[in-house]
Amino acid sequence: MSLPPFTFDEIEEYFDELFVEVDESLIQHLTQFDIQTQDTLLELIKKAASTNSGLAYQLAKRMQKAIELMEIDTIEIWLDQAIDVFDSKGLYGAIEVLDELESIAHNAKQKLTGISFEEVSNMLEHFVVGLNGRRLKIETDKKTYTDTETIFLPGIVNRYTEKDDNFQLYKCMVVHLWAQNWFGTWRSNLVNVFAQYENPTRAQQWFHVLEMIRLDHKIKHELPGIHRQMQRLCELGGHSKICDIIINGKGQNNLEKLITLQSRADDLLKLLPQVYHLPTPGLNFYAGCLQADQVELRREIRLIKEKDLFRRAIAHVLEEKKNKPASDFTDEERHEISAQQIPDPSMPEGFKYRLEMDGESIEPPDGIESLISSIIQDLGEIPDDYLVAAGDGNYKIIADKEKIDDANVWAGTYHEEGAFLHREWDYRRQRYKKNWCALREVELSPGSTTFVNESIEKYSGLIKNLRRSFEILRGEDKMLKKQPYGDDIDIDALVESFADMASGMEMSENIFTKMHKEERNIAVIFMVDMSGSTKGWINDAERESLVLLSEALETLGDRYAIYGFTGNTRKRCEVYPVKTFDDEYDDKTKGRIGNIKPQDYTRLGVFIRHFNQMFEAVEAKTKILITLSDGKPEDYDGYRGEYGIEDTRMALLESRQQGVHPFCITIDKDGRDYLKTMYGSASYVVIDDVRQLPLKVADIYRNITS
Amino acid sequence: MNDIARSLKPEECFISEEPYYEATGSEIDIFLAAYKQKIPVLLKGPTGCGKTRFMEHMAWRLKKALITVSCHDDLTASDLVGRFLISGGETKWIDGPLARSVRHGAICYLDEIVEARKDTTVVIHPLADDRRVLPMEKVGEVLEATDDFCLAISYNPGYQSVLKDLKQSTRQRFVALEFDYPSVELETRIIETEAGIEHSLAERLVKFAHMTRNLKGSGLEEGASTRLLVHAAKLISAGITPVDACHTSIAQALTDDAEMLTAINELSSSLF
Repeated sequence: MSLPPFTFDEIEEYFDELFVEVDESLIQHLTQFDIQTQDTLLELIKKAASTNSGLAYQLAKRMQKAIELMEIDTIEIWLDQAIDVFDSKGLYGAIEVLDELESIAHNAKQKLTGISFEEVSNMLEHFVVGLNGRRLKIETDKKTYTDTETIFLPGIVNRYTEKDDNFQLYKCMVVHLWAQNWFGTWRSNLVNVFAQYENPTRAQQWFHVLEMIRLDHKIKHELPGIHRQMQRLCELGGHSKICDIIINGKGQNNLEKLITLQSRADDLLKLLPQVYHLPTPGLNFYAGCLQADQVELRREIRLIKEKDLFRRAIAHVLEEKKNKPASDFTDEERHEISAQQIPDPSMPEGFKYRLEMDGESIEPPDGIESLISSIIQDLGEIPDDYLVAAGDGNYKIIADKEKIDDANVWAGTYHEEGAFLHREWDYRRQRYKKNWCALREVELSPGSTTFVNESIEKYSGLIKNLRRSFEILRGEDKMLKKQPYGDDIDIDALVESFADMASGMEMSENIFTKMHKEERNIAVIFMVDMSGSTKGWINDAERESLVLLSEALETLGDRYAIYGFTGNTRKRCEVYPVKTFDDEYDDKTKGRIGNIKPQDYTRLGVFIRHFNQMFEAVEAKTKILITLSDGKPEDYDGYRGEYGIEDTRMALLESRQQGVHPFCITIDKDGRDYLKTMYGSASYVVIDDVRQLPLKVADIYRNITS
Repeated sequence: MNDIARSLKPEECFISEEPYYEATGSEIDIFLAAYKQKIPVLLKGPTGCGKTRFMEHMAWRLKKALITVSCHDDLTASDLVGRFLISGGETKWIDGPLARSVRHGAICYLDEIVEARKDTTVVIHPLADDRRVLPMEKVGEVLEATDDFCLAISYNPGYQSVLKDLKQSTRQRFVALEFDYPSVELETRIIETEAGIEHSLAERLVKFAHMTRNLKGSGLEEGASTRLLVHAAKLISAGITPVDACHTSIAQALTDDAEMLTAINELSSSLF
């Protein structure tokens, strides 16, 4: 039997407890529902209140209308969207989302036949990479266009009654916008061209119509399957053929004849004055719009950047050939590399470039082919002034990606640029906050090796002991006897089986020996707490533990990395590489271990997630993440108590799901009662003396790895 | 099709008909020269670009038996050299494929050599330098290679990881030939010849292969190989529609990821 619904007074009391002010009419409205529905709706308001009381107030204000328009599931999605925006843009932005109530309700209904961007974005991203040319990103926007680096698509497509047709429309949009990039729509500065007309908007519209016809020709030739889809969708939508428009009243001069497969964007610009005065026909659904100003913004920056990169790349090639720095090149030497066109039917221009020096082709360095391809997409050729080697060949194509000085990054507003963004678990909302924490890797300068050497001396007995207990783990080769198949004959087994046979029993087939090789394939990351709370003996203990463990792991030959971590609010999480997987355990590494110093706060979750992500790129049979900390997750902006514990717990759970073995070493005088909850799925140990560490670690290490 | 499969000893496997092979450079001449000078050969390149076909072609040219060993991570030295077996109450030595090749002057081709265990690869060292001998410790003999014997190994640098790399001491004993997917024209011709399909269709298939190769590193481990294209083309010439052929023989072979599969299928349906 279900309980009776909440009464007016009960609901009012509930809101009072949340400190949310609501209209009486809402309370009245809520009393109509059964207790489950009431419960769900009240929980939603509570969820909003846990984020911000203003948000809860705004939600409650709109709740009555929302209940009328939407199903409860949709109301939750609506609220979640608002909370996400609240996280990034604050209350004002969240209210904007709440105000979109009607369109969200409308979209939810549409979704039954329509298709949303989220459903197809990943697939379309793969799709567009498969097509040729500069890598294009896919994002959603109110308009459908490309800025030559990103393709912007609508959030939902709901033009047709069949879901698949709507999906095909998405695909056609992507192909049309890709074709603008690949077939050179943006070669000239169109903003300037259109500005010469009395009505630039009209010129732009007409140019787009002409371009669409040209690109359709190209697509028909290159991707006939897509072209068929485009035509089918137009017929479904009842679009007329634009090509029939007649210019100058002469029947034979219709656009179909004037624009051919060989036409270029330049030809169409010449055609533009002839059609400009005519009424502009409508574009096909997939064509979107042109945003010449956006393109120009991107193109301008890219041209400068790519020219610079290209000139540096060839300077680098010359440096290697001539074996001297680029700054010493004479003018003549700078011009020694030339670019020869060689035919390639797969390129839109019908040729590609080969770099040559003294008539011989040279092996292009990594990444330069895509650079050349991007330059050709913009300019149609490699201009002569690109082929002059730059003054210095500091050619670092990857590092050049707008590298920001780590120290200054916090000063500006672009603190998230170039940082790793990680999510965070909010137990009150029972969901993740997307891209919540900005994390950066910061270099740790090596100090002196004194600390490490002293520790080695101090614990020399222990290290010997530790090495021995780790050596046992190494797993020697084992000779397996009585095998059905193997390298050699097991004489004992053979004699036995002959004896069996002589006595009339069946002869065993297991008469071989086999060498069993134990190949270890383990990767370990140690993450070391560098928060202020470790100041004093805990920090020393951490460093000493690291020394002991490194010494032991060197014997074992396992791959291991050490990172320090600390942070100050979610916007400033920092990771200090002490030893990466590729680094040797040398004096520099030892110096860095010595230099691990207590700094700010401990936002554990984000770091665990960061290393989980790092592990994805590591190929190893067993992956172990060992946390050395004082076990107190604590940071500004509310990361403490239950919130911090729950987030850490969730992050460790994610490790497990990913196949990483998390293991937490807590260095403290006594273990706290929440540790069990926090470490939940991870194994953990509490120690108060470094001397205890080796035994425990070797034990647990053995459990995990063998 | 009622014939019973023939059973042959490895050293009797001569290739009688010329295996179709299009040279992309001077690899045939280099191989012949290396063979003459008794230098072993290392073939590098992605899967399905024609390494094994090249070996078959060379075996045919040289009129030598080709003994291929596909290496795996459990391959031991005795799997290559040989072992004692029990027969009628006594032990009997059985040559492994490597010893057989040396004894009969055949071409021994160790495919995907990095997959073999590190201690196994060392066995080929004395054979791969100017000594050209195969020590057989268990029988206490040393097998000296004749002029006919030839050793070739292959590996795919793309799958290289820290754990599976070829040791310097091994790789520095070989002449290395690098293989890659052929140029557009050549690949088209190969597909036309192998599967007997129209030129324009072969061109589209090659274009499709390039689309999948663009995806390498952004969700795909490897793009479509020439071998996969030949498979698709053969299905097409047997009456399957191009889109279905690409779906079954290329997309499904490349990935299991649902979104990636859809993307690849959409690419192929855009082309045909």
